[in-house]
Amino acid sequence: MQVIDAANLDYRAVNEALRNAETDYIIKNCCGQRFIAAGMSHKNLTIEGIPGNALGAYLNNANITVNANAQDAVGDTMNEGKILIRGNIGDAAGYAMRGGKIYVQGNAGYRAGIHMKAYREKFPVMIIGGSAGSFLGEYQAGGVIIVLGLHNDNKRIVGNFPCTGMHGGKMFLRGCCDDIRFPKQVTARRAAPEELDEIREYLSEYCSDLGYSAATLLSEPFTVITPDSKNPYKQMYAAN
Amino acid sequence: MKIEGQVRIPSGCAISAVISKAGNKMSGEMITNSMKPMHDRSNGLGGGFAGYGIYPEYKDFYALHVFFDSRSTRKECETFLKERFEIVQSEIIPTRKIPAITDEPVIWRYFAAPLKSVLMSLQLEEKEFVAKTVIKINAEMPGAYVFSSGKNMGAFKAVGFPEDVGVFYRLEEYEGYSWTAHGRYPTNTPGWWGGAHPFTLLDYSIVHNGEISSYDANRRFIEMFGYKCTLQTDTEVITYIMDYLLRIQGLTLEEAASVIAAPFWSTIASKTDCEDRRKLTYLRTMFPSLLITGPFSVILGFEGGLMALNDRLKLRSMVVGEKEDKVFIASEEAAIRTMEPNVQNVWSPAGGEPVIVKVKEGAFS
Repeated sequence: MQVIDAANLDYRAVNEALRNAETDYIIKNCCGQRFIAAGMSHKNLTIEGIPGNALGAYLNNANITVNANAQDAVGDTMNEGKILIRGNIGDAAGYAMRGGKIYVQGNAGYRAGIHMKAYREKFPVMIIGGSAGSFLGEYQAGGVIIVLGLHNDNKRIVGNFPCTGMHGGKMFLRGCCDDIRFPKQVTARRAAPEELDEIREYLSEYCSDLGYSAATLLSEPFTVITPDSKNPYKQMYAAN
Repeated sequence: MKIEGQVRIPSGCAISAVISKAGNKMSGEMITNSMKPMHDRSNGLGGGFAGYGIYPEYKDFYALHVFFDSRSTRKECETFLKERFEIVQSEIIPTRKIPAITDEPVIWRYFAAPLKSVLMSLQLEEKEFVAKTVIKINAEMPGAYVFSSGKNMGAFKAVGFPEDVGVFYRLEEYEGYSWTAHGRYPTNTPGWWGGAHPFTLLDYSIVHNGEISSYDANRRFIEMFGYKCTLQTDTEVITYIMDYLLRIQGLTLEEAASVIAAPFWSTIASKTDCEDRRKLTYLRTMFPSLLITGPFSVILGFEGGLMALNDRLKLRSMVVGEKEDKVFIASEEAAIRTMEPNVQNVWSPAGGEPVIVKVKEGAFS
């Protein structure tokens, strides 16, 4: 286990230190250094403090745990590995990720899972424990996004315009979601037991990571959203 | 050497602010340091700050901060000002020579009050007269730019990285109850001293991360009311829009936010509160040319408060946190943690949702 004190290091120096031969690292006093562990493989990394934008970008099978909030673009274009955040994450988490897992204990900002896609054996998974901002799963093309709505004080589980442009993959939202407006090109329905089986493994892992009970989580109904290929996405932005 | 396009410059502008709701004074050192973890968001072509409550000894006078390209321009401008203002103090703004900041213009400040006789003869209210004078100098006097014109507040800006600009202007020697900051990464307009943020008029100041798609539509509309966009970048139009909506039209901050970051018609239609729906419809119908589209996160500074606002699609980041009497706002949480490591209630406002903080709940004056 190697300790990196990031107090006076810029992002290049932090990443240089991570490229040593060690496998296990702790970064202490992190404060906004970007691109941490970008593209790295076969490392186990714990971060104390606030990592900067694009944490784990292009991650290629490393494990990252953050014991605080993370900023924007966590796991941008990640390929494999796992990022566990014991706090909230900023905007555009998992941007275009095509593999690996992002597990968040708290809330996500806008556009979580934007352009997420699956590729051959790759299957990206994002679980958000609290609530998600607007444009959740914008242009989602593959993989699965799960939002649990824990500790959100009866507020809506997602903001406005979820699934805008979604054309692949699945989204699971815990609860009935009667108060959420979905676009016309997706179908939202109550998840059948066999559909929940698809995410049981991920939920169990999430719960054991963060100390929740999977059985309790699954005791409530889930809403599953899938694209409706007969009614494809048209446009949103140009019409104001 | 590789040019931009061949090499990726990971930038995107940075904003930051702190305010004491109790009106307690803070030196400019904290806000300067907050820009350090966001260094890579700027590219050294602009940095700046606005401080409120920094001139208590001259609080009844307009503090005019001016860039001049030469001594003769300064003399010419001073002649112009003296015909219109009583100037109680005029001085060079103190700066520090540092290698990071070069090619500075002549930087001067005047504490001034409009001459009563001039106001009487023009039949203008004091603020309107000051605003018109600032616009006239910036539009018609080549080489002179008034970059700050409020009472008991001041903007400080330069070409350079923001943390260096703070050192250059000796901000640690000022004490204010609120501060805003900006680090610039100009995308399609020149990086020059007048083009650094904040952009101000009277006590309004704007720092902005983003790029306004609607700039020319906004500019054409606002210039019909006497404003002139002279500083070669999009952000200044936001300052004039806020001055127009708040000072001239008398809108509340919330209403002004609903004009520039108006909700989608579909969002308005889905409002269950009938009064709210009518009001939003009215504002969008009344001021369609002041809807600002494209990505932005802005912080508006004004006497006694701050307002932070994202565009309605939230295409830029913004984080808010609190600790005791202070509220912190920044593009990144790291900046807030630099100011207050133990900050509480960290959250991200939704797109179009204004965050308004007033000193002593508005009782401040």
